[in-house]
Amino acid sequence: MPTLAKALAQGRKIEGHRPWPRIVADDALWRALAVRLAEGRCSLLGLWGDAGAVHMALLDEAEKWVAVVTNECPNGRYPSVARFHPPALRFERAARDLFGLVPVGLPDVRPWLDHGRWGVPHPLNPAAASPEAPVSTSYPFLAAEGESLHQIPVGPVHAGIIEPGHFRFTAAGETVVRLEERLGYTHKGVEALMAGKPIAEAAKLAGRVSGDSTVACAYAFARAVEAAFRCEPPPRAVWLRALMAELERLANHLGDIGGICNDASFALMQAHCAVLRERVLRAADNCFSHRLMMDCVVAGGVAVDLSPEGAKEIRALTDFVRQAFPKLVSLYDNTASLQDRMVGTGRLNASLARQYACGGYVGRASGRAFDVRKDLAYPPYDSLAFDSPTLAEGDVNARVWIRIREVEQSLALIGAIVDGAPAGPIRIEPAAIAGEGVALVEGFRGDILAWVRLDEAGRISRCHLRDPSWAQWPLLEAAIGGNIVADFPLCNKSFNCSYSGHDL
Amino acid sequence: MRTPLLSSLLKRPLTEPAPPADDPDIVSLAAKLESTARSTLGRSLSIRQVDAGSCNACELEINAVSNAYYDLERFGLRFVASPRHADVLLVTGPVTKNMREALLRTYDATPAPKWVVAAGGCALDGGLFAGGYACVGGVSAVIRVDLHIPGCPPSPLDILKGLLALLRSANLRAE
Repeated sequence: MPTLAKALAQGRKIEGHRPWPRIVADDALWRALAVRLAEGRCSLLGLWGDAGAVHMALLDEAEKWVAVVTNECPNGRYPSVARFHPPALRFERAARDLFGLVPVGLPDVRPWLDHGRWGVPHPLNPAAASPEAPVSTSYPFLAAEGESLHQIPVGPVHAGIIEPGHFRFTAAGETVVRLEERLGYTHKGVEALMAGKPIAEAAKLAGRVSGDSTVACAYAFARAVEAAFRCEPPPRAVWLRALMAELERLANHLGDIGGICNDASFALMQAHCAVLRERVLRAADNCFSHRLMMDCVVAGGVAVDLSPEGAKEIRALTDFVRQAFPKLVSLYDNTASLQDRMVGTGRLNASLARQYACGGYVGRASGRAFDVRKDLAYPPYDSLAFDSPTLAEGDVNARVWIRIREVEQSLALIGAIVDGAPAGPIRIEPAAIAGEGVALVEGFRGDILAWVRLDEAGRISRCHLRDPSWAQWPLLEAAIGGNIVADFPLCNKSFNCSYSGHDL
Repeated sequence: MRTPLLSSLLKRPLTEPAPPADDPDIVSLAAKLESTARSTLGRSLSIRQVDAGSCNACELEINAVSNAYYDLERFGLRFVASPRHADVLLVTGPVTKNMREALLRTYDATPAPKWVVAAGGCALDGGLFAGGYACVGGVSAVIRVDLHIPGCPPSPLDILKGLLALLRSANLRAE
């Protein structure tokens, strides 16, 4: 079987795209790649628009190799990938809303991010042809027909303290027959705001794409910029970034484990996990002057150094969590009423996880082992020993257990990083050159893709950030099928997709 | 389950003392509020949180005020699931155009007297997201705001101080 690299050999390679190549594909090659995706011979990492072109990032999992492929969209049209490979569907709908690029053969032509309220059509590409009719503010949900079916609309304002989105359930009695999501409520136009901005300003926006992943998003953005600038941050900065990323993973997993149990009405776990999470955030605040470590990862390094007192505090934190956490794990595992809610609920089958190239705890709980830190390892992870746990069950319980195992791994990694971080400077000032860069970073939720094109002055000409939730949201619709409506909060929290990261 | 419950009973609580009333932050907030607090709510406030397009960092910190260290509920403040039960709307985010109507409808569903607290830099004026095609830019562009809690995101302590200021100013009017 020819590798992805061989299949792309007939395309035209673009110079100055790093570290992986960008290839221009004509319609025939583009269509062949869509078929290749549909056959499961490579994975779709993302698909996004540009002024007069559409790009997709492909992963060859066997070869551990990535390529960005471009279709130059003559007449603003390109062959739909989603026609062959459904995971591209929402990407293509979003790219059409933002850029006016028409995917020919797109199976679902409803708008996605555009709710008909922006006042402008395809705001990122004013040059594109205007649509015949403005986007409507009403949205036709997919039909579900049958005897005794009823619909339950939920959102965008939800009962808990969470982000806005709309869920349309069709249920037969208590059982969910179909869930359809409608997202885009938190669309802030981040990619338009980034265009033309200097790196430092764009980095602040990147750090506010999804607040819970602020470190990972800024990290992916910084690595993409550094790839375009052909520069490497100093070794100490490389280690401190990983330290922040692991602290973020630890805090979020602790919060999620408590939150999932709370959605099964087991508040005791929530109370204890929230204490551990608060300890992590306080340690981060003391070490890096921000509880969530916002704006700490910058292009060229990190903004704040770790002092010797800070290192001591982080060691004390890991000791505290190591001592407290196992008791909570055994509480989780030995409470029969809780297990009754978790085991077998919201099962996501492995073939869907693979098809959607779903990362993070959702993918790893359904047998897809992909972890950027291992499979496309970036420093310092290439020199650190750790496991990336995988389970096959794919239920809520498995997604909790992946998080539990990752908490243990992150604790070990944090210790190793604090002990092993080399001394030295923490930041360089990159010299501006024009170029393109792409990066993948493992956030707590999964792989975050960042792609940038920089102009001669080193300003952002185009930046795209793809949150891991893009691959996870559609799978939540599949996982809830056949479950009872009352288990939706549990399933939803076990996925914990980002609304803001997705809506951008 | 008994072990963690019992050991919690034997340990001192983690909850930290309330931020003192003479804290200059609170005094200035309360002074600002006195003119706007229209009637008393007794000693308790029910809060409905509305995310009007935040990046979710504000929600993380708002959730944190319920943890054992800050323990919001000891002050009679609690989060409720419906605007129909609420005295206060706690709004975050730059108010995206896609959330504008939902915010207005939530406000209309809240019975008077009601207060609006805007939390975070975005909720003040759109913050970093101001000026784009997709955001209205600040909560006050859509509904009247009684109190703004700054920060990106505001820390749980900042949020607690702001909500306590609101509670105290409501009580001051009653005395």
